[in-house]
Amino acid sequence: MLWEYSPSPEATDHVRIASRYNLFIGGKFVEPHSKKWFETINPATEATLAEMAEADAEDVDRAVREARRAYEKVWKKFAPSERAKYIFRIARLIQEKSRALAVVETMNGGKPIKESRDIDIPLAAAHFFYYAGWADKLEYAFPNRNVSSIGVAGQIIPWNFPLLMAAWKIAPALAAGNTVVLKPAETTPLTSMMLAEIMMEADLPPGVVNIITGAGATGAALVSHEDVDKIAFTGSTEVGKKIQRALSGTDTKLTLELGGKAPNIVFEDAPIDQAVEGIINGIYFNQGHVCCAGSRLFVQESIIEPVIRKLRERISTLRVGNPLDKNTDVGAINSRAQLEKIQELVDSGVEEGAEMFQSSCSLPAKGFWFAPTFFTGVSQSNRIAQEEIFGPVLSVLTFRTPEEAIEKANNTPYGLSAGVWTEKGSRILKMAQKLRAGVIWANTYNKFDPASPFGGYKESGFGREGGLHGLAPYVKLS
Amino acid sequence: MPPMTETVLAPAGRSLTPVSFRRSLNDALEMAHGVDAVAAEERASSLAKRSLKKDSKVWGLKLAVSMIDLTTLEGKDTRGKVWALCRKAVRPDPADPEVPHVAAVCIYPSMVAFVKEALGDSGVHVAAVATGFPSGQTFTEIKVEETRRTVAAGADEIDMVIDRGAFLSGDYQKVFDEIAEVKEACGPAHLKVILETGELANFDQVRKASLIAMYAGADFIKTSTGKVAVNATLPVTLVMLEAIRDFYHATGKKIGMKPAGGISNAKLALSYLVLLYETLGAEWMNPDMFRIGASTLLNDILMQLRKEKTGAYQSGDYFTID
Repeated sequence: MLWEYSPSPEATDHVRIASRYNLFIGGKFVEPHSKKWFETINPATEATLAEMAEADAEDVDRAVREARRAYEKVWKKFAPSERAKYIFRIARLIQEKSRALAVVETMNGGKPIKESRDIDIPLAAAHFFYYAGWADKLEYAFPNRNVSSIGVAGQIIPWNFPLLMAAWKIAPALAAGNTVVLKPAETTPLTSMMLAEIMMEADLPPGVVNIITGAGATGAALVSHEDVDKIAFTGSTEVGKKIQRALSGTDTKLTLELGGKAPNIVFEDAPIDQAVEGIINGIYFNQGHVCCAGSRLFVQESIIEPVIRKLRERISTLRVGNPLDKNTDVGAINSRAQLEKIQELVDSGVEEGAEMFQSSCSLPAKGFWFAPTFFTGVSQSNRIAQEEIFGPVLSVLTFRTPEEAIEKANNTPYGLSAGVWTEKGSRILKMAQKLRAGVIWANTYNKFDPASPFGGYKESGFGREGGLHGLAPYVKLS
Repeated sequence: MPPMTETVLAPAGRSLTPVSFRRSLNDALEMAHGVDAVAAEERASSLAKRSLKKDSKVWGLKLAVSMIDLTTLEGKDTRGKVWALCRKAVRPDPADPEVPHVAAVCIYPSMVAFVKEALGDSGVHVAAVATGFPSGQTFTEIKVEETRRTVAAGADEIDMVIDRGAFLSGDYQKVFDEIAEVKEACGPAHLKVILETGELANFDQVRKASLIAMYAGADFIKTSTGKVAVNATLPVTLVMLEAIRDFYHATGKKIGMKPAGGISNAKLALSYLVLLYETLGAEWMNPDMFRIGASTLLNDILMQLRKEKTGAYQSGDYFTID
């Protein structure tokens, strides 16, 4: 390479990670009843970062009881403006500690520091700020209705945006007057623990937010706990279906934000260079570990040649490597299990006859890595066009007319998001009407704002998070 | 109402545009699809966040020095002033022989012969603005003649301005023809075509003007004169680099790029190089393919280079003001 950028790693010496974390229940860290701990690692180096407590059914019960007590005795009785004060305080503390949070998010999850620094952490703070504002204005959010809280919310979040997903879940729940038991993903629990420390520093009354760590069994215990009034889950469609099955016949409220296989549709009149940026951002952002990733690219046949050429050129400039380096564009795959799943699906793509193009970037020897990849010559029936890969792998398909694009784009069990690239405004509006997806981006991709609702159609889930809509699952209206 | 464009008023003797030129203009216009401003700005600002340290910084800064068109374009320019600038161009940092000479000295036509002599065989090129710089509001014949005489006086490179009036009124043929005629008048001299992007209103127009200039024969396309309110910006440069890339793929011809005006510190200069490197790649990373038009940038780079060498910032008094 002509110009080697010298390493530019973000400093980590200002970050303190404890060797062991217990469960955050009732406003303090308590040892788990299970007496078991599991390791959490840095996926870029495979080095152990800390030991996390594994919450068993007994621990879950303890957390729910604390949440119930805090709900009945404290939080429910607070004046809404008082609740807002705490939420504002949490938001400010996240901002104050943003540098440390970004570094830990990157160390524990593998995402590039520029993303945790510029996107994850600022957006997490923004969500708390946004919902803090609603806390004492709920009657304006739902005019002419009586608004009351629900009770205890059990919230289970994924590993792709750990702190941000915690913010999406906790902020509206607290603003609406509920208390929370949150379970972060087992591979990325560290920023949730830092959030627990922030709750303590903010003097949040004990039990209003409880954070318990563990794997699938912990989540299952939380879902099936009888005293939980509402479950909010973000994760795979497979687990989402299990949760819905488990809760059928109960009066527990449920929202699910599940997988996706989003179409990103590029018309021949699109601003091509910007569309290519949008395609890259759509699928390689956060290593493709994004439920709304634009993983199916539909290109109008008349411009397929330049688009593919530009994609090849652009993908080769992506800098893959140490997530802590400020110049890294694509970081580490979150876990060995995820890497294996990506590899398996990519192998199936090759086997089914699609043509693979992979960046020739060098990958570190240790840790979990996957070079940015795209497939051309993909047909609708290929597994790589149907199944969510949740990795840096794009499937490229073509279309001839807008009708064909709509038909193919909607031809999936998912319906979380979609992208449309065209200079023609009326076409954007028409596509937005016809595409069955919760979020549609026009001439951009992967843009998030706390004021904007997010959620899916079909097997991508139900319920909305963010914006005014994001309050609805956390209130009772009469 | 009188005719809106000068084409109509052109003297009867004016030569008809060759058919090949017309076809080229059509090629240019066909490639002039829209540019999404929000996304282009986002991409430019994300590239500007690259963190360049240590060796990569020193390498980039030295390269930047070798790409500078050291410029003075003022009514009050004198031989004394210009002579000092030429000395600086040849030997930017007398204390550090590792700092390369700049690419060119950029002056008005009247200074060309003098500068040619002052620079001698130093390897620094003589660049002159011509064609009714900076507004371009004069007769085509005069623009062509000015170019011819400036080259005859010894200019290696001509920086011309496009007729923005004609461009904005939709007379692309006039813009195209004028560039082609000036190119012809340049003979062996290299032609840089200044689009004056600050007057073109939006990125769509910047892309269109870039393509017209390249198809009409430009060796370089350049953002600005430095004489209007908005000069070179990172997003405008990105849009022009992308047009250069598309032109290269369509024709196999490599066109150079010159952002000018407002690039006054080392950090910003490095951002431009990152933009170049990650858009057009290694083959454009040399003074034959990229220039930076600047007057005050050089001293800031020298200061940064000295800091990398000694570990401490030196006072401005240690760098010559020319």
